[in-house]
Amino acid sequence: MSEIYIGRSADFEPGSRRVVAIGKIEVGVFRLLDETFVAYENACSHQGGPVCQGKITARVVERLSDDKRSLGLCFDEGEPHLVCPWHGYEYALSSGRHAADPRPRLRPIPVSVSEGNVYVNV
Amino acid sequence: MLPDSDSPDPARRVVELPVREINSLTDSRDILRHATKQAADRGFSDYTIVDIDSHHTETESWSEILEYVDDDVLKQIGQSFNSNTALLGYAPGIRYQDLSGRIPHQTKLAEKVDDVSVHRDVTLSRRSMEGMSLDYQVMFPSPMLLIPQHPQPDVATSLTLAYNRWLTRRILPSDKRIKSMIALPMNDPDACVETIDEFDQCDGVIGYMIMSTYVKPVHHNAYMKVFSRLEKTGKPLGFHAGHNWGDGGISTTNRFIGMHALSFVTCNMVHMTNYVLNGLPERFPDLKVIWIESGLAWVPFLMQRLDNEYLMRSSEAPLLRKRPSEYMREMYYTNQPMEATDLDLLQSTFKAIHAETQLLYSSDWPHWDFDLPSVIFDLPFLSEQAKRNILGETACRIFNLELKKDTIARSRA
Repeated sequence: MSEIYIGRSADFEPGSRRVVAIGKIEVGVFRLLDETFVAYENACSHQGGPVCQGKITARVVERLSDDKRSLGLCFDEGEPHLVCPWHGYEYALSSGRHAADPRPRLRPIPVSVSEGNVYVNV
Repeated sequence: MLPDSDSPDPARRVVELPVREINSLTDSRDILRHATKQAADRGFSDYTIVDIDSHHTETESWSEILEYVDDDVLKQIGQSFNSNTALLGYAPGIRYQDLSGRIPHQTKLAEKVDDVSVHRDVTLSRRSMEGMSLDYQVMFPSPMLLIPQHPQPDVATSLTLAYNRWLTRRILPSDKRIKSMIALPMNDPDACVETIDEFDQCDGVIGYMIMSTYVKPVHHNAYMKVFSRLEKTGKPLGFHAGHNWGDGGISTTNRFIGMHALSFVTCNMVHMTNYVLNGLPERFPDLKVIWIESGLAWVPFLMQRLDNEYLMRSSEAPLLRKRPSEYMREMYYTNQPMEATDLDLLQSTFKAIHAETQLLYSSDWPHWDFDLPSVIFDLPFLSEQAKRNILGETACRIFNLELKKDTIARSRA
């Protein structure tokens, strides 16, 4: 494993990303809405699509009334999802797990912040 | 600039990708960059790969197509709409396909194209062939696939003929790798025969296509002269599935996923059922039939269902000389969108349809549920020759296309 410097943490706006090639591997590095960083290999678990270059959008939930009637769809802004642009496979950005099935998941890449610098281990 | 971008160690060299987020303006080759890498990793240059089902968005060229409408009054009406969906009877439900912008290549391929020596659609097709390592690509329309549902049959026929003329004059002659199966105006059987006669010898025409139609059942006597004429051409007939949100029980589905999952399949299931039970394979034994864009999972279901009932009620299908499934096993199928969430079931399906000789690779690019060649190549239960057949060699055989030289050399070896 090599520790690779990606950039200054201050250069990442909340909710922003960088997608980089490190040798032969592509990695997406994301800053969540707080100070947390996550990183994944840029390869969808479905057909290998460039998932880290996909749209980031809020999770969609369906609200039910107490008597189980549908009250329609709405966004859960607290849980951003990363969507593969090839086919729409949708993952929780914070965990890399598929939004609907815990089995498909993105390959996490260890990421750390030290003295204001962001590193990934590949 | 990233600090390690100049590292002498290639494994530590960091390069930021030029496309941070893919959108509708992104070049197809950038969208498909991982597919290109898959092709290199798998040695696809040694395979002949034929994509039996891809699409262009003909409504982007709608004013050009309207120029080919024969009826001057209809043409004037269409041009007065000043819209790229004029006269189409466009179904608004189809706009759900891009998942609210989550799948940008479905929304629109709005990328920059500088080459003006050929039509823009030719360039887009070339880029997708380059991206997926394809040798031939069969091009179909997109919104026009629903034209048989048009409330005005004569308009549907006129637009279908105009599209075919535009396609054969503006697109197909530009690149020998781009092929098409000509759309039949099924609202009008006489016009179908005229269409076959007009386009059969055009460059790039390798077959014919019935779009998602419920105009008349395919066994209607009015179509027998069409099938007879098709059989004489020696070219295959494709049934390209389509959806119809207003159709019977489908109209009760409230989400696009539900409508799409059912409607693309019931479309071809109904046609297949009518085609087989009315003995059309016996009447036109030399007509090769291909079932396109409804996936594969429905085929073994229908084989079992029809066989089971046929053995109890054979008097209702007296033209048959064998079980329905035996006719179905002699037909051809395209994979996309291949249901691959259970490989055991998929393997059974491949066995049921004799995939090694009857399955044809199709991408459906640039639609949201497209399949790459790797979905076939990576299947663990296929032999090397089965992969080669499905990816392109079977298509070359039934469409009379040339194999790539490398593939011929390998076969001789």
